Amino acid sequence: MTQTAYQSRIPIYPRSVKGRFRTIKYAVLTLAYGVYFLLPWLRWARENAPDQAVLFDLAGRHFYLFDLVVYAQDIFWLAGVLIIFALLMFFVTGVAGRVFCGYFCFQTLWTDVYILIERLVQGERNARIKLADAPWSKTKFFKLGMTHVLWLAMAFVTGLTFVLYWGNAPQLVLDFFRGEAPFAAYATTLFLTATTYVMAGLAREQVCTYMCPYARFQGVMFDRDTLIVAYDEQRGEREQGRHKPSKDYMAREARIADKVGDCIDCGYCVQVCPVGIDIRNGLQYQCISCALCIDACDTIMDSIGYPRGLIRYTSQKALEGEKSNPFNLKNLGYALALIAAVGLLTWAISHRDKVELSVAQFRQPMSVTLSDGRIQNRYEIKINNKTSESIRYRISIGGLPQAELDLGGNEEVTVSPEHSLKLMAKVNRRPEIAEQERQSFEFVIRQINSEQPLTTRRTTVFYTPLTR
Amino acid sequence: MSKDKTQKTVQTTGHAWDGDLQEFNNPLPTWWLWAFYATVVFAIIYWILYPTLPIGDTYTKGAFNDITYTTEDGKTETTHWNTRALFEKEMQEAREAQAKYVEQLSQASYQEIQSDPEQSGFAFSMAKVLFADNCAACHQTGGNGVIGMYPNLIDDAWLWGGSFEQIEQTIREGRQGNMPGFKGQLSSQQTGDVSAYVLSLSGHDMAEDEISRGEQIFAANCAVCHGEDAKGKTMMGSANLIDSIWTIVNIPAAGSLEQKKSAVMQLVRNGKSRHMPAWKARLSDTEIKILTYYVHEMGGGK
Repeated sequence: MTQTAYQSRIPIYPRSVKGRFRTIKYAVLTLAYGVYFLLPWLRWARENAPDQAVLFDLAGRHFYLFDLVVYAQDIFWLAGVLIIFALLMFFVTGVAGRVFCGYFCFQTLWTDVYILIERLVQGERNARIKLADAPWSKTKFFKLGMTHVLWLAMAFVTGLTFVLYWGNAPQLVLDFFRGEAPFAAYATTLFLTATTYVMAGLAREQVCTYMCPYARFQGVMFDRDTLIVAYDEQRGEREQGRHKPSKDYMAREARIADKVGDCIDCGYCVQVCPVGIDIRNGLQYQCISCALCIDACDTIMDSIGYPRGLIRYTSQKALEGEKSNPFNLKNLGYALALIAAVGLLTWAISHRDKVELSVAQFRQPMSVTLSDGRIQNRYEIKINNKTSESIRYRISIGGLPQAELDLGGNEEVTVSPEHSLKLMAKVNRRPEIAEQERQSFEFVIRQINSEQPLTTRRTTVFYTPLTR
Repeated sequence: MSKDKTQKTVQTTGHAWDGDLQEFNNPLPTWWLWAFYATVVFAIIYWILYPTLPIGDTYTKGAFNDITYTTEDGKTETTHWNTRALFEKEMQEAREAQAKYVEQLSQASYQEIQSDPEQSGFAFSMAKVLFADNCAACHQTGGNGVIGMYPNLIDDAWLWGGSFEQIEQTIREGRQGNMPGFKGQLSSQQTGDVSAYVLSLSGHDMAEDEISRGEQIFAANCAVCHGEDAKGKTMMGSANLIDSIWTIVNIPAAGSLEQKKSAVMQLVRNGKSRHMPAWKARLSDTEIKILTYYVHEMGGGK
């Protein structure tokens, strides 16, 4: 009696393939790696921070993205970005299935490169299988060792690059190898080296099938119009099923006449699959829609002169001969929501204030009586200069007749670029003229060293106790 | 062959009961087992490094993991790892991080602090904590005090003076304020007259005859401390009686003129004694300086 208690991982040795989708994948890979590895080195003239185009300065609480400076209080933008990503994923998955997984996911990109390294050192699929089954020898030890060394090197470069986004890259690299970088830099590099090595080198497709939540809930975003990588079973099997291209069944006409399918059962589509599935078994949750099987099948079809498209991007409806349109109402709805979200975020970013002014009233106590009988309220003013220039402001109040503002000689202040300043303001007023306990008025700050003086106002309340 | 390597056949214990009932022998997954061994190794390392096991009335202290820190008094201590020492070390590091600013503040004059927003900002942040720890119990969190008990620090009236030097003196040495009771010296009529006069000084509409009688009583009994002009003397902390601020009798809260008068009479009769303790023994010079600056700024000091 043989049963398996649990199954160990069946190693996958993906075979290389050439074709349209492989080319697209290489293009995406080149672009993604180009951006990821080179972006920290791109310089961008800055006055108050390292000249780095993309810099996440945690200590200074500023995120620099080219000409955009993101402050801690702009954290709401992150929510916008996340909503956009979520909607984009809904939309893309609704239209084209799991293409994110197949082309853009970090796991796929890094695994792809790791497989490339593997092939470079150990050779093509057959050679790798042979090597794995061979007894230990010097060659095997060297080839496997070399593979892992290169994998680790790749993982290290990946980890180190990530760290460079959080500091001035050239300086940080120097410090890193001199042993002078912050502890967090070493810890992060070590952590990412380890996870990259384990995930892209050892776990690979298991991440997609067992760990990734997206694999599990993508099903709810699919419908029968969604583009999927599918095997045309009707054409591939017909009534008599697949058949090797024996001498009777070389010509396609003979196959059609005898109701034998177009699939010659060469197994190429299975061999190239990075997650190790057989697409001919239908839509499977492991499938990452990378379409390498399409390239494989097209190659074979071309070589034996059959039409392409036995495996192709199609939809469930189209496979069953119905009319199919991936841009159905649901997906158009996603698209609309996506456009709205992108529009809103763009508007929010382009319309943000160049200066942030907040006024908070001291409420312990709300007011105090001065010796001449006037009522005094106190306020804490915070001015945050978000530009990269020093700005001089004049502070005044409006909308509160016969009131005096006392800033202790700080009626005009200079705020350094990307800095903030706190001021204590006292406002005095005779209680007799107060019409109500709480009277709204506003603080006004006006830029006075600028060609286009910007005025910012904040409304607050003056409290007069009327109990006497 | 490669199939054997990856898919282990289920083993049984070899017994069969009731014909087909078998006991499987399923080994734990390798990764799980290694994770378990790793936790064992972790535990052993932890036992060695950290305080772990109780032994009698003591415990293992842990090795190679001592913490050295300097206390506020400058004493250096080394002890085995524990959270209290860790806290002390963090406090020491915080003090060192602040030292630059504290040093700057202790050197600077009040006017220098005032004209430098960065220094005054730091002084404010630090003073907020000092004030809450030392002063807020009496003077309240916002510094508004309690009428009759503790002076309001945010209005512009200063019993003992509102200059930096005077405030610093108040905090450093403390103050003893005393208004004697006139129960024996003044009759009830006289007390009423002088109270009416005092109220009239701050604009209250009192009877003319009371005022003129009260003025004479005031000159004879009260002017010594409150001054001929009744503006008070910061030397002795006597109150200014002609402004709108009342530190002991809550005049604004009293309803009718009659009630206000009787509240003042109460004070004239019984007197009032208030004591501000000296802080020189409890606070460092720099702390007193920071608090002085803070109190001066919150009250619109003179």
